[in-house]
Amino acid sequence: METPLTHNISPGREPPDLAQYEKAGGYGALRKALGMAPAEIQAAVKESNLRGRGGAGFPTAQKWSFVPMGDDAPRPKYLVCNADEMEPGTFKDRMLLEGDPHQLIEGIIISAYAIQADVAYVFLRWAYKLAARRVERAIVEAYRHGYLGKNILGSAYSLEMHLHVSAGRYICGEETALLNALEGKRANPRAKPPYPQVSGLWGKPTIVNSVETLCNVPHIVKQGAEWFRSLSRSDDGGTKLYGASGRVKNPGLWELPMGTPLREILEEHAGGMRDGYQFRGVLPGGASTDFVTAEHLDVAMDFDSVQKAGSRLGTGTMIILDDKTCPVGMLLNLEHFFAQESCGWCTPCWSGLSWIEQILQDMEEGRGRASDLELLESHTRLLGPGHTFCALAPGAAEPLQSGLKYFRDDFERHIHEKRCPWSPT
Amino acid sequence: MLSEQERKEIEAHARHYPNNRAVCIEALKIVQQHRGWVSNEGIADVAEALQMKPAELESVATFYNMIFRKPVGKHVILLCDSVSCWIMGYERLRQHLGDRLGIRPGQTTADGRFTLLPNVCLGACDHAPVMMVDDAHYQDLDPARIDQILASYQQEEEKSTDGNTADA
Ligand SMILES: Cc1cc2nc3c(=O)[nH]c(=O)nc-3n(C[C@H](O)[C@H](O)[C@H](O)COP(=O)(O)O)c2cc1C
Ligand code: SF4
Ligand code: FES
Repeated sequence: METPLTHNISPGREPPDLAQYEKAGGYGALRKALGMAPAEIQAAVKESNLRGRGGAGFPTAQKWSFVPMGDDAPRPKYLVCNADEMEPGTFKDRMLLEGDPHQLIEGIIISAYAIQADVAYVFLRWAYKLAARRVERAIVEAYRHGYLGKNILGSAYSLEMHLHVSAGRYICGEETALLNALEGKRANPRAKPPYPQVSGLWGKPTIVNSVETLCNVPHIVKQGAEWFRSLSRSDDGGTKLYGASGRVKNPGLWELPMGTPLREILEEHAGGMRDGYQFRGVLPGGASTDFVTAEHLDVAMDFDSVQKAGSRLGTGTMIILDDKTCPVGMLLNLEHFFAQESCGWCTPCWSGLSWIEQILQDMEEGRGRASDLELLESHTRLLGPGHTFCALAPGAAEPLQSGLKYFRDDFERHIHEKRCPWSPT
Repeated sequence: MLSEQERKEIEAHARHYPNNRAVCIEALKIVQQHRGWVSNEGIADVAEALQMKPAELESVATFYNMIFRKPVGKHVILLCDSVSCWIMGYERLRQHLGDRLGIRPGQTTADGRFTLLPNVCLGACDHAPVMMVDDAHYQDLDPARIDQILASYQQEEEKSTDGNTADA
């Protein structure tokens, strides 16, 4: 089984420096890319069926295709690497950032070349201190060896790259909020259209791609679209970083073929449940995805299949709920997070989320009322897609609406018994 | 006024952006790094240097979780309170840390050594529960491990106090 993304990574060890990365074939894809036309690279990425790994799964080449090209295109154009990674339960990009920063930088340069960007930013979350040091060092090395700056490797192409370390706020990961954050503003999302591809950073064409997405690009250029598609067990090309946390025997992160079944990941890689714990459900793709339960264990973990099962692949990092953890308490924890991190721009989001948090808190403390379930359900509808400015609120509704569906008995017990059945009395 | 060092560091970052305003978040972090937190004076200093209105800068500063607008202790403990850590025992650890330090979340110890802040997911959920002390991640925590970590910070400080006495 091929694992291109993590090939150079061994946890706990220093990442390859530039010389080691080159020795392993690194920057070969960039040399090849500079000999291709930008349109050829876009075509290869299109053919590879690479879908964005930041959560929404939008086809990468299609996103790039909206950027104005040619001599009349507005300048400068920007490429931004989204390395905000603040969604609870998600920890995959950190491995790529810390483990092989040159792979990411090579991916950014090639992707920037494909849209003829002039400047690239890596937008990194505050807490990733080690990643910040390693990415910064790798950028310096890349400049020193002619992979960045003016006339890269003697070509006509020039690119500047900078690391921007953020100051901690989940909403900064939303791509238009991220643009405001980069501009030094409060990170409220922007209305779309105009789309960033046309009018993004400082009003100029901008692409925002996730770390894992960009890390795939050198491999596609180097080994071809067909090879990339063949790595996958589904229609979406490539491998995927899958992770698991919670009470499994072996929590962790694995690079596996896209479309690996949930059961296989949980049982073979995560080692099944810890002794004394039973599986009850899982958020398959991070905190903003719907629960799935035992009946869905055979679902293939790709964008379309997980959607058919009523949830989302999201970031592919799953959070497991066991039988000794209160589902209402878990939802309270999740909704507390979303309420705290709401940027406050739209009323259904900031006011609805703190209301939801309060209802769940009351329920956990034995003050639940029979009407609460209906109230919670109506909130999930009001927070649904189309009612708010960005996807934070619909994301917050997902675990709640599915929790109400699959763990209804647990909610009812809280209300009838006037206490949390899991908390010691 | 910004110190010479602060000014130099901010200017180095300002080169990465097409205008001054864009460096304001970095500038606030630099001032915080040097002064421990961002006081009203810190806001005024940065605003003046970047030619922004203090109120405008203030609205940015208060938006981000990691810009401290109140003094913090010598070491800041960020205990992850998000979902995977919650499942793996966050509440017990919060209780334990609070008892050991004699403070509640959000507070600073009387000797000014530690501030305890609950924080969103620190991105190491497969090793939950997790906390950060200053720049370091600590993973797979339990109460015993927390005691060890606190002791190591204590020892480090005793060592540096010893050093000072020896010098004198
Ligand atoms: C509230 C919120 C937070 C997000 N956080 C991140 C993040 O930390 N990293 C990320 O890559 N995408 C995040 N996204 C998705 C981005 O908006 C965007 O879709 C993604 O960066 C696009 O990259 P891709 O096309 O490579 O997937 C977030 C979205 C929302 C609504
Ligand atoms: S949905 Fe929430 S986070 Fe998104 S813009 Fe509205 S208030 Fe802000
Ligand atoms: S939930 Fe605590 S580190 Fe992610």
